[in-house]
Amino acid sequence: MKLNGARILLECLKREGVDTIFGYPGGTVINLYDELFSFREIRHILPRHEQAGVHAADGYARATGKVGVAIATSGPGATNTITAIATAYMDSIPMVIVTGQVPTALIGNDAFQEADIIGITRPCTKHNFLVKDVKDLALIMKKAFYIARTGRPGPVLVDLPKDVQIAQTEFEYPESVEIRGYKPTVEGHPKQIEKAVSVMLQAKKPVIYVGGGVILGNAAGELTKLAHQLGIPVTMTLNGLGSFPEDDDLSLGMLGMHGHYCANMAVSNCDLLIAVAARFDDRVTGKIAAFAPHAKIIHVDVDPTSIKKNVRVDLPIVGDVREVLTRMLKVINGHKGEVETMKQNLAPWIEQINEWKAKHPVTYKQTGSTIKPQYVIQRLRALSNPDAILATDVGQHQMWVAQFFQFTRPRTLLSSGGLGTMGFGLPAAMGAQAAFPERQVMAVCGDGGFQMNMQELATLVQNRLNVKIVILNNNFLGMVRQWQELFFDKRYSSTCMELPIDFIKLAEAFGAVGLQATKVDEVDGVIKKAFEIDGPVLMEFKVAREEKVLPMVPAGASLTEMVLT
Amino acid sequence: MKHTIAVLVENEFGVLSRVVGLFSGRGFNIDSLTVAPTNDESLSRITLVTRGDEQIIEQITKQLNKLIDVIKVIDFEPENAIEREMVLVKVSAEDESRAEVLRIADIFRAKVIDVTPKSYTLEATGTPAKVAAMVELLRPLGLKELVSTGPVVIGRGARGWKG
Ligand SMILES: Cc1ncc(C[n+]2csc(CCOP(=O)(O)OP(=O)(O)O)c2C)c(N)n1
Ligand SMILES: [Mg+2]
Repeated sequence: MKLNGARILLECLKREGVDTIFGYPGGTVINLYDELFSFREIRHILPRHEQAGVHAADGYARATGKVGVAIATSGPGATNTITAIATAYMDSIPMVIVTGQVPTALIGNDAFQEADIIGITRPCTKHNFLVKDVKDLALIMKKAFYIARTGRPGPVLVDLPKDVQIAQTEFEYPESVEIRGYKPTVEGHPKQIEKAVSVMLQAKKPVIYVGGGVILGNAAGELTKLAHQLGIPVTMTLNGLGSFPEDDDLSLGMLGMHGHYCANMAVSNCDLLIAVAARFDDRVTGKIAAFAPHAKIIHVDVDPTSIKKNVRVDLPIVGDVREVLTRMLKVINGHKGEVETMKQNLAPWIEQINEWKAKHPVTYKQTGSTIKPQYVIQRLRALSNPDAILATDVGQHQMWVAQFFQFTRPRTLLSSGGLGTMGFGLPAAMGAQAAFPERQVMAVCGDGGFQMNMQELATLVQNRLNVKIVILNNNFLGMVRQWQELFFDKRYSSTCMELPIDFIKLAEAFGAVGLQATKVDEVDGVIKKAFEIDGPVLMEFKVAREEKVLPMVPAGASLTEMVLT
Repeated sequence: MKHTIAVLVENEFGVLSRVVGLFSGRGFNIDSLTVAPTNDESLSRITLVTRGDEQIIEQITKQLNKLIDVIKVIDFEPENAIEREMVLVKVSAEDESRAEVLRIADIFRAKVIDVTPKSYTLEATGTPAKVAAMVELLRPLGLKELVSTGPVVIGRGARGWKG
């Protein structure tokens, strides 16, 4: 039977197991929306801005591991998605974004609502496609999903002209797909893996450094096993949090600019750094020349370009992280005796690490009744379920979450690590809540970032998405203010928000519930009440305004040069 | 270090801009670039000359390989490759210099492809070094215009590669 392009697109989504999409209509996708009207198998959620729609699809993808899907119309709809696509690209999130395009005959004519979205998104997508003929549509969709989810995942954009949505053809979804220029390496080189294991067994001061790829590659279990079997301490990047339980004795927590003292000291003094699906971002390494100066470096990554991009590597292993770790565990199994001696040899190292841990744990001082933002994060952890999902925005609050929330499970932290996109938190939480209606989902935002996508309160209320919004209100663009305090002589140029917003009334205007705490002893009550309410709640915590995120490694300094107080 | 890299790509719209965009986006150099379809019409071959230390060249080849439309990348070792480029040069040629231009053309086996009372236009092919040597000799005589294809490169020996 012949189907039109719009219907074919939906059939393709269904075949890919897509159950929820986030999209915004317009002239060049009106045919698609007409098909969607009677297509019951897919839930469509209408955000209030295309950027938020794509962030929601991103949050959905981060929380589930499935490919997130978003739709936007041509021109302004498509350009509104750019920040969110770039956000997903930097964090390697699997997504397919479908944009409408003007009819093929008009492309290049500066037609109404035409934008060269293929050109614009080329540097911020893993790949993109312009569909010129409806006959190609099914294969392109198959390729788009395949590319998005395999290898190092990433967003793929499909630009779909209006006439292609209308044109008809026989629909047949390809069973499999071959792309001759795209063959991601899955299995790591066995010899390299064996070498890596023997290097590990000889190490006296090893550290495992874990990136977001371990979560994206569903390898948290294998990673945890590896660390436990060899007794090696683990530090994580922001997006690596959740891959190894932070309440484990071997956990060092996050490293880098706002990392834990013990993590930065361990990396700076180790003799072996085992980097697993991490990419040596400058916020992690500090001054490259002084990063892990005494260490041999093993680097496991699915993306060969990540290896030796920023940092020298002694033993590269390209492959799917789960495959590689599984094989490593097998090899280790054959060396039981050596593992025991190694563990004994590590004792002084572990002792040293425990000293560092005790010397400067992340901390804050409670004074008077003012709410300290860190305290709110600790109480959120204590009062939420272990499988609760927490999305953050970007700024100080994000770092306090990373330092104080103590993640224990993969895919429970959703945060824009690479691009650092303010406005991400609320829509990402929305996407996660759509995927897991039964789980607790929080969006922890600053007062600044919340205002970048606060229109999504409407989406939450309309779709009964039970997100608990937490605003740590310092009435500052806090992270920038902190830099101004430390490096610009407290010249708070444009970082004070000045206008006090009545966030409670705002929530109520959208039909949500607003709760406020201004004193430390009100915090628990607000959180408990919010979780009791069945529906979206905005919690505003008026926090100490000039609290700093510490420790801090100034930009360009080495990891040992931490500002501690 | 200069490197001549051959890139076999899908012969589709937009592929060249992906390759070029990669260089501009990551701050890599392109000294020259040529592109044309191959004997297999579904493929195009790009030859580009770039510069960088070992680490940069490694990143360039890895990043190129990462593009979905790139099928193969070869960073040619000079000793295993044959490089050729073609130049068309327009040189002033009046009075006594007319003979000199022809002598130089003859030495480098260049062809005269256009003549006027005031100029010769020459076509020369050869290794980049040879072509450059000829251009240097012509320069003092009055070089009016020069256009070059940039080098193309092919491996030595019986084995060919086409994807
Ligand atoms: C879209 C965007 N614009 C600007 C920035 C730069 N920036 C980083 S943190 C920050 C301040 C965020 O303030 P707020 O949301 O109130 O969070 P706080 O730091 O106070 O917790 C700014 C402006 C950014 N990361 N993203
Ligand atoms: Mg703030």
